[in-house]
Amino acid sequence: MLQRIWAMVYKEFIQIRRDRRTLAMVLALPVIQLLIFGYAINTQVQHIRMVVNDQSKDADSRAFVDAFVNTTYFDLVEYLDSDRAVRESVDSGNAKVGLLIPPDFSANLRGGRQAQAQVLIDGSDPNTAQTALFVSSSIAQVRAADQVAAILSRITGQSGVQAAIDLRPVVLYNPNMESVDFMVPGLIGLILQFQGTILTAFSIVRERERGTLEQLIVTPIRAWELMLGKLLPYTLIAMSVVPIIVGVGVFWFKVEMAGSFWLLLALAFVFLLGTLGLGMLVSTVSRTQVQAMQGAQFILLPSFLLAGFFYPVESMPAFLQPLSYFIPLTYFLRIIRGIVLKGIGLEFLWPQVIPLMLYSLALFWISARRFQKRLE
Amino acid sequence: MMDDLAIVADNLSKRFGTTVAVDGLSLEVKRGQAYGLVGPDGAGKTTAIRLLAGLLLPASGSVQVLGTDVVRYPERIKERIGYMPQRFALYGDLTVDENLTFFARLYQVPREEWASRADRLLSFSGLHPFRHRLADNLSGGMKQKLALACTLIHRPELILLDEPTTGVDPVSRREFWQILYGLLQDGITVLVSTPYMDEAERCNMVGFIIRGRIRLAGTPAELKSGLPYRLLELRSPAISTARRVVATVPGVLDVQPFGDALHLAVSDPASAVPIVQAALEHDGVAVHSLREVAPSMEDVFFQMVRSR
Repeated sequence: MLQRIWAMVYKEFIQIRRDRRTLAMVLALPVIQLLIFGYAINTQVQHIRMVVNDQSKDADSRAFVDAFVNTTYFDLVEYLDSDRAVRESVDSGNAKVGLLIPPDFSANLRGGRQAQAQVLIDGSDPNTAQTALFVSSSIAQVRAADQVAAILSRITGQSGVQAAIDLRPVVLYNPNMESVDFMVPGLIGLILQFQGTILTAFSIVRERERGTLEQLIVTPIRAWELMLGKLLPYTLIAMSVVPIIVGVGVFWFKVEMAGSFWLLLALAFVFLLGTLGLGMLVSTVSRTQVQAMQGAQFILLPSFLLAGFFYPVESMPAFLQPLSYFIPLTYFLRIIRGIVLKGIGLEFLWPQVIPLMLYSLALFWISARRFQKRLE
Repeated sequence: MMDDLAIVADNLSKRFGTTVAVDGLSLEVKRGQAYGLVGPDGAGKTTAIRLLAGLLLPASGSVQVLGTDVVRYPERIKERIGYMPQRFALYGDLTVDENLTFFARLYQVPREEWASRADRLLSFSGLHPFRHRLADNLSGGMKQKLALACTLIHRPELILLDEPTTGVDPVSRREFWQILYGLLQDGITVLVSTPYMDEAERCNMVGFIIRGRIRLAGTPAELKSGLPYRLLELRSPAISTARRVVATVPGVLDVQPFGDALHLAVSDPASAVPIVQAALEHDGVAVHSLREVAPSMEDVFFQMVRSR
């Protein structure tokens, strides 16, 4: 039994060693992917292009415009002299936001009446639109509260009247809410899942296509021995990718690792068994390598949406949520973000670790059951 | 009685979709025999061998190999048989030695025996000088010898070879058969499929397979003596005219081209020779020779195809 598993492992290692180009790709691709995606995926929207038609043209209206620019969310592109020109600028895509300040803005403000201003927002990119909407209404509210306080102090004669509620949020973990710190650990999980599944997805179907499987299945090797003999070498390779890719995250993207690297490594092992098992299952049900590629894509593409990579699983429609439990990445995203961002340990992570282990075992068992030592 | 039979297949059938590949095939192979499964391409040879090796599940029928029900317990015979597929199925990116070692490990050959067994297999297959060469870089004939060596590493009692010499040069073919004779002397049972009639001649037992069924089986001598006529061989410089002429001669039952000669089927050679000679002379066809010859397996095969 051990001898047969070892026969497979040894053979796989010889083949991997001879195929240097593939090995180099397997080790280098995750790094390249992390570098590209790490820069590309940035959910923080800044530098939204803004045009302004300021008809009030005085200190108050200028202060209002400055408040926008000072947030760094908006870049003032130019002043235009008609509302129509502003509208056209947004229509043409030259600007994402248009700020319209009417002539009576300052007069109303000083007279204690309601001062009106209008913000035109291009809603075609919801992310940008939401940021613009949120930031501009915050600015308006803060200005309004300041104004009310100023009027109150004038009326009551008391100086230093404060706004009624002063909410001071304290952000725990990742205090600057850097999207890089949140994204890079997620990307590491995503890339590992991709690599793991692809690595094994071809393993058995390649032998089927080359005809070597026919010779293999007339030997006494058992299905599970064959699976394990394939799985072990690829686990080792996938595991060697983990420190490399985590290193890029820590040293290149300067993600601060709050928790234990060794715990991360250990749990990455459990996660990789699951993803390699997933690839193995794909490989046992595919007849050709093209089918295996399709099968792997079918699983991988939706998985990063369903696993909570961009948005939390809880915000997905209820009927889709159960699907996420079948994706190893769902558990690992919570694990790696927990370890890297929060620095938590097994005492909080075991609800993720146990299902992940069961999942890996189940996949292996199903693959071994599914694999028939026949040619049909 | 059953004990001296290595293979008993009874009424095996297998279809793929609407194609019936094996259709009620029955055969028996005695231990220590070389059984030739002979038939044209597409006759069902490969499917038949795969059914015998337990690689395919038959739609109906039964197979006993070395006393074990292969349909029910395919795994029980794996250690005792060797199977060599038609398509080269070893690892091209492994060397000759590495391929042998891989299969030695898979069959759990005791480690201390690897070297001696590999040595023996490499020397009788003539692969010794190439043991560190990648299998992909071997010639066609050497690949087949390596494949045979790998199916023999665990000392099987029975080997199933699917067209091992197809596409191999004549010298390598003869060497391959020398190796098979050696195996027979060691008491190994060999079932070999082939499209070549001259190879059928080399077997102890021949089964002709056509459209998924054994239509005729026996020793080569039995099969030849079972022909319902005798054969004249005609050599002539004008072979196509000669063929047309003799086909109309009364008493000539059939004419088949055979190499650069014609084989004439007649019931009584003594009386037929003068009649044929007279007919050819009458039409001015020159004759090099006209004499009775012993039938070959090819004659047997064509007779069988014709009579169906």
